[in-house]
Amino acid sequence: MDATAAALIGMGLAALGFAGSGVGLGVLFGKAIEAIARQPAAEAQLAKYIWIGMAFVEAVALYGLVVAFIIMGKA
Amino acid sequence: MSSTVTSTDVTNHAIAAVAPKMDPLHHFLVTKQVDVSFLGLLDISISNSVLWMWIAIALVMIFFRLAFKNPTTVPGRMQSLGELGYLFIHGIVTEIIGDKGRPFFPYIFTLFYFILFCNLAGLIPGSFTVTSQLIVTATFSMSIVAFSFVYGFYLHGSHYLKFFVPSGVPVLLMPLMVPIEIISFLARPVSLAVRLFANMTAGHTMLAVMFFYVITLPWWGAWLPFGFTVVFTGVEIFIGFIQAYIFTILTCVYINDSIHMH
Repeated sequence: MDATAAALIGMGLAALGFAGSGVGLGVLFGKAIEAIARQPAAEAQLAKYIWIGMAFVEAVALYGLVVAFIIMGKA
Repeated sequence: MSSTVTSTDVTNHAIAAVAPKMDPLHHFLVTKQVDVSFLGLLDISISNSVLWMWIAIALVMIFFRLAFKNPTTVPGRMQSLGELGYLFIHGIVTEIIGDKGRPFFPYIFTLFYFILFCNLAGLIPGSFTVTSQLIVTATFSMSIVAFSFVYGFYLHGSHYLKFFVPSGVPVLLMPLMVPIEIISFLARPVSLAVRLFANMTAGHTMLAVMFFYVITLPWWGAWLPFGFTVVFTGVEIFIGFIQAYIFTILTCVYINDSIHMH
């Protein structure tokens, strides 16, 4: 296998990090909906933390993208 | 492999040469607009990145000038918006740092509006997203974390080193916990910078890929990616706001850590 092919496979593997972010988003919004269903009055308070949490969870997936960019620069 | 060139090969090559190429990273290219050098030693050319930074700053200044041009006790529409923007950041600072955060309010206010307007100005077609350059976000995050470190020593002296020693942990675990704390502190500027940079880059790359499909697909297929870009631009405006908000909140948290040690 030549180096370019290996780099392309590595970039694809770096995208696997998105799976973890997907699980995280599922857990985050699932729990949030559960919490709002139990206590609808707290929705406005919870919404703030949901969006902050969403930004953190999404960022984890994007670290994988950065790794892909680094590999792309080397290849 | 045969070396004969058939006419189909030639046609295919011609089609490939004319066909639009997918290059979703092209709009992140920094190009020099005006060549300026400082005494022939330092390259301080005005690039499109610098230009859009200026435009973002100008937009922030125009916005707040307009909002507070004729301040009245009962605010008008523009003044309400300006006051809302002011109270929003004021709320964050007082909520997280408290009264001691007052000296940092102007900096945090400026930081939030600079990042927000850079993010939003980057969505204008043909513009340049300043925050999609790692060097810009890294400059912010590294200076913030370095400042919080120095400020902690300034306030607490050598007691600040206790910051790296978690409380309520057995002494036996200390050789393990202290390096972890130090590494987590050193990871702060990296995560802060990469989060903003990667969010901006990823969103705009995704939009560029979708725009590529809009122009290459036939008309009966192009509406699908086109509709997606319309929706995703709205999402990008939201993400631009959320990322500026997160950056501001984390800046407050880091400064708070050096004022009120945990």
